[in-house]
Amino acid sequence: MTTSPVVYLDHAATTPMLPEAIAAMTDELAQLGNPSSLHSAGRRARRVVEESREQLAEVFGARASEVIFTSGGTEADNLAVKGLFWARRAADERRRRILTTAVEHHAVFDSVRWLCDSQGAQANWLAVDPSGLVCADVLRAALADDPAAAAVVSIMWANNEVGAVQPVAALAAVAHEFGVPFHTDAVQAAAQLPVSFAESAADAMTVTAHKLGGPVGVGALLLSKSISPVPVLHGGGQERDIRSGTLDTPAIRAFAVAAVASAERRSLDTKRITELRDDLIRQVLHAVPDAELNGPPPGPSRLPGNAHFSFPGCEGDALLLLLDAKGIACSTGSACTAGVAEPSHVLLAMGADESRARGSLRFSLGHTTTQADVDALGAVIGEAVARARRAAAR
Amino acid sequence: MSGGVDSATAAARAVDAGHEVTGVHLALSSNPQSFRTGARGCCTIEDARDARRAADVIGIPFYVWDMAERFARDVVDDFVAEYAAGRTPNPCLRCNEKIKFEAVLALGFDAVCTGHYARIEDGALQRAADPGKDQSYVLAVLNADQIAHAMFPLGDTPKSLVREEARSRGLLVADKPDSHDVCFIADGDTKGFLERRLGAEPGAIVDADGAVLGTHDGTYGFTIGQRKGLRLDRPSPDGRPRYVLSIEPVANTVTVGPADALGVREITAIRPVWTGIAPPAAPVDCSVQLRAHGEVHPCTAQASGDELHIYLGDEARGVAAGQAAVLYDGDKVLGSATISAAS
Repeated sequence: MTTSPVVYLDHAATTPMLPEAIAAMTDELAQLGNPSSLHSAGRRARRVVEESREQLAEVFGARASEVIFTSGGTEADNLAVKGLFWARRAADERRRRILTTAVEHHAVFDSVRWLCDSQGAQANWLAVDPSGLVCADVLRAALADDPAAAAVVSIMWANNEVGAVQPVAALAAVAHEFGVPFHTDAVQAAAQLPVSFAESAADAMTVTAHKLGGPVGVGALLLSKSISPVPVLHGGGQERDIRSGTLDTPAIRAFAVAAVASAERRSLDTKRITELRDDLIRQVLHAVPDAELNGPPPGPSRLPGNAHFSFPGCEGDALLLLLDAKGIACSTGSACTAGVAEPSHVLLAMGADESRARGSLRFSLGHTTTQADVDALGAVIGEAVARARRAAAR
Repeated sequence: MSGGVDSATAAARAVDAGHEVTGVHLALSSNPQSFRTGARGCCTIEDARDARRAADVIGIPFYVWDMAERFARDVVDDFVAEYAAGRTPNPCLRCNEKIKFEAVLALGFDAVCTGHYARIEDGALQRAADPGKDQSYVLAVLNADQIAHAMFPLGDTPKSLVREEARSRGLLVADKPDSHDVCFIADGDTKGFLERRLGAEPGAIVDADGAVLGTHDGTYGFTIGQRKGLRLDRPSPDGRPRYVLSIEPVANTVTVGPADALGVREITAIRPVWTGIAPPAAPVDCSVQLRAHGEVHPCTAQASGDELHIYLGDEARGVAAGQAAVLYDGDKVLGSATISAAS
């Protein structure tokens, strides 16, 4: 029978819901009311949504009016990238360039590719260094070359695979030097770092609930009032006419509760998770001396809960299977079609060759991770790598 | 687990037998189609989902294994190269030899269990109980080590009962149609597939005397014994049908002639694999099958170095180089080799 994972090292995929978020969501599921209705049941639901919006705004350093609820990170990224591109081009049809990096999450990466393929956009894939970081001067040089054609800049706050934390405020400032709106996907960053929409000076920022202890299926685009993307979803005109669709009151309530709780415990959690992550890196490198840590060195440029390795001579999915059989859940950190792992576009953009990209695994720690989890991985990783190497050599 | 009824039922039987089972779906195409088209293809996204749901019902862990690169190199490229060389390959054999029974063993699993219809007795491969479904021919390329680590739980059961069993186990694939033809040529047009890979190379179709009877777009479009699609300019003098007798890719000609010229009595095959007996020093009296679902001929087989000489007791027709010659003693597979010449 299937072994349920006892050692969960895949918090970047999704993290357990916080008990207070489960309680809030469960309570709210029993309540009645569409927040857009005018009667008392609707007003009650609306009040829950608006209080949640205010709490989320406070956690993320935004104004309540800047919070646009969506169905999650992917929708918020699509709305920001496509909506801002369409709006900017409608205002001036010379604006066709999208400046982004080759290490974005697929929600941004594939949106940009689609805009290029079918909407006449032109992408500038900004180069990253071997640790996955983009530097503000690279963006400045790209923008300076024909600034009138720039429609939007989208650069993630923290990378979901290798944990690289980009200098978002500096990048946003560069975009503003040229008067171009700046979007950042902060899905991973918001789960582990204090993120302030106002301090980052971004014009749009994606966040989602299920990476920080809330439910799957709800997220938000924080959106400066000065810009107005063309909607992707049309309908009842909710959320400033930018995102139609009945608001999911229970999920929004739980999102806010989780965001508040995770912000409150952040300083404690971050210290503990960082120490565990550093120990995990030590143990893996001890067991597999030729394993290579991908991404920035541990420190301010790396998410505290992220450890990402290449294991030379291994197939990542073979290694994943072997660890899964030992009850350890981790990820090859790349997108799946029918469950088929493709070599990570992130690692390829960082200069890795295809075999290195295929032979990599991400371990991501979170609020429930313990020393026992790290030790369990340390105890089996050496043998698993040896086996996966024998398989690959066959 | 291909997503079909056989591998799902085989997996369930392996669990019943007390084994610790892991389901693996081999993704063999780097650009899988979303849905199946008829009975062709196997590794569509829909098939992967079917396999996953079967694993859920059986209660085993399940993974999709990306073998696309290896499959393209060891099976598809080989298939194209064999046709280009004037031979007629069987890609299923190649896949069994290079992919299915190689891929997962090294991860530390003790055995590969598949839904093939064949039996293993005392370490030797045997025909399945259901002669209509027997797949021992396409498995005969496995070496002794691979057979020692293989399990075919369906070998003793007729296909109809397997479907019934799958239904009673609640497997949703119970009534899914069988796969046929070459899995990586989804539209079934082998000639078109080869044309895209090899390009058109027009040449002559000649008779045994060298008289030109027509033209072809590439020798790879033909198989020994083929009668249809020759598009000859004029009928044969005696009005009887003509067949492909030989394919010469270097001269780029296809030779045709009457049916009785197709008969062969002697076959040379290369790269023999012996699994049912030790490599024999003396000639062996046994029987031989020369293509999948083909008839069985009595023969004497003599090994000599890396070659195998087969002397048939009766005449065989349409023997194509590139196919496997599989030697049987009754239902037991003795060994196999790849046909290189016939006369």
